[in-house]
Amino acid sequence: MLQFLEFSVIGVASGSMYVLAALGFVIIFKSTNIFNFAMGEMMMFGAYLFFAATVQLQLGWPLGIVLALAGSILTAIAIERGLLQPLLGQPVIVLVLVTLGVGSMLRGIAGLIWGPDIVQLPDFLPRAPIFIGDLLVPGKLAWGCLAVGIIATLFILYYRFSRAGIAIRATSSDQLTAEGMGINIRRIFTLTWAIGGVLAACSGIVVGSLNGITPTLGLVALNVLAVVMLGGMTSVGGVVIAGIFIGWVETLVGAYLGAAWQAFMPYLIVLLVMTFKPAGLFGEQQIERI
Amino acid sequence: MQRLFDKMVTRAPDGGSAAAGLAAARPAPAPRSTTLFQVGGWLLLAAALIAFPATGSGYLLFMATLVAINVIATAGLNITVGYAGLLSIGHSAFIGVGAYVSTLMMIHLGTPLIVNLVFGGLAAFLVGLVFGAPSLRIKGVYLAIATLAAQYSLYFVFQQWTPVTGGDRGLSVPGVNMFGLGDKGLYYFVVGLMVVLLIVARNLFRTRVGRAFIALRERDYAAEVLGINVVRYKLLAFALGAAYAGVAGSLLAVFLRIVNPDQFTLLASVFFLAAVVVGGQASILGSILGAAFMTLMPEILREVLEIFGPRGTADVAGILSPLREFIFGALIVGFLVFEPRGLAGLVDRLRAGGRKD
Repeated sequence: MLQFLEFSVIGVASGSMYVLAALGFVIIFKSTNIFNFAMGEMMMFGAYLFFAATVQLQLGWPLGIVLALAGSILTAIAIERGLLQPLLGQPVIVLVLVTLGVGSMLRGIAGLIWGPDIVQLPDFLPRAPIFIGDLLVPGKLAWGCLAVGIIATLFILYYRFSRAGIAIRATSSDQLTAEGMGINIRRIFTLTWAIGGVLAACSGIVVGSLNGITPTLGLVALNVLAVVMLGGMTSVGGVVIAGIFIGWVETLVGAYLGAAWQAFMPYLIVLLVMTFKPAGLFGEQQIERI
Repeated sequence: MQRLFDKMVTRAPDGGSAAAGLAAARPAPAPRSTTLFQVGGWLLLAAALIAFPATGSGYLLFMATLVAINVIATAGLNITVGYAGLLSIGHSAFIGVGAYVSTLMMIHLGTPLIVNLVFGGLAAFLVGLVFGAPSLRIKGVYLAIATLAAQYSLYFVFQQWTPVTGGDRGLSVPGVNMFGLGDKGLYYFVVGLMVVLLIVARNLFRTRVGRAFIALRERDYAAEVLGINVVRYKLLAFALGAAYAGVAGSLLAVFLRIVNPDQFTLLASVFFLAAVVVGGQASILGSILGAAFMTLMPEILREVLEIFGPRGTADVAGILSPLREFIFGALIVGFLVFEPRGLAGLVDRLRAGGRKD
């Protein structure tokens, strides 16, 4: 029983790691309708930028985070302005294909610059384990979870109450009306991609500081898709809950059935959600059945 | 109604409608005037394909067979992505289904290749239905996610069902001696099958079913109004693409003499997507050009790296794999942004230019 509880706590904490990337995914999908398959790679790339700044350039972690976020924002804006805006109005499949191509490019660039081997990020999260009663929680995981919680809260507050956040929400509920109210839609698209970049980089740095990073980190992060499907494509609150839930299930499955099952689990959930409740648990009922 | 379909098929790619830009801008199937010149061209091509093994180079024969197999797989993906406008990012998993089914039949039942091929294709078709059914009922790009799930689920099955699939080590495939000609025989068989399947694909888009696919891609509401069963035809388009992949997989298994899970990864699926985009969506010629380009590109890349790159084979291999990923991605993005009709579009334009002179 104690073991089960311990795995559960670890699972919930590692599930929170998905939350940031999933939030970035949802915000981009909501406002631009683009399914961003490059999300995992943006996450991986942000983590590598942090690695380059802290380990390779020896700049210390506060400056490293600033540089990684700035680099990630620039990458996201470059993708949006350079590749996606020229294609606006094309069928969605084209835009999605572009993000898939961008993902492959980022993976290749990371492999070319930093090589295929796993690298460790500097320890900026305290290592000492934390005890809750008899339960042992690895220190990095607990602090990482806390960091995620803070960032996610900040994001949700920004999204709810700031002027820009309201403009984003207006755009996602009705583009035409938003435009009529004087919102510059194109600028909102760029802004959401920039925010997506920030969330991806934060998520990449936290995840990377737990287990190290490789160019294929982005593929692992495709699990985020499962989170997004389960939470409902459009629900900000839903993905938080779904992320934690999937992390929990995944860790338990990994602990009791083995790593291969763990990797497969999120996709099983995707298929189940699609079959039985395509809108996800918390999504708006926008799903159109044919 | 038929007339309207014709219009959809032949609508010129104006800048405004991107879908049309993606569409086959093939000339109207006007009364076909097969000139002597064209017949001569086809005969010449056939002669070249038949005479090709006479070059005697094992390497060239290997590459030619591989290109032909990839052409079949690419043509399948092109039916799904190019003609029907459905995004599948798990194509290599369906190739895997065909490869495993065909190999298992060969090992356990000893059936001839041609039977295995049919069952490999059929199995991939059915698996395609299973993964397509939940996602195609919903509007949007859910198929992309479902196929991604297929990619990982099927990989999981290939890797974990060790008693049947041999796990990570895979299965070694007994050789086949086609027409008593060994490797050359297999080449002839693959090329022949490729030609047949390409003709089938081409003619499909002159039938009711193929026109329905195109109508769906252009505007599914309109298609529904015209009496096309949207879900059924979307499913059919997707599963048909998977069936082509299954056939290609069966061929790949006997050709490489080994099947293992690592042949059927996401990278391989991206490879075929790149082939479709580079060659030209909704174009048979595009499938051929794209598959040939994508198959030969890494080879040329390796040669170039060996001449100009860092010394030592380990270094070359270390650079090659990320470089390939980068180039696959860059090709997809570059062609979608700058030349949405792919190499086939370039060829069309060159031809039109030639005619003007």
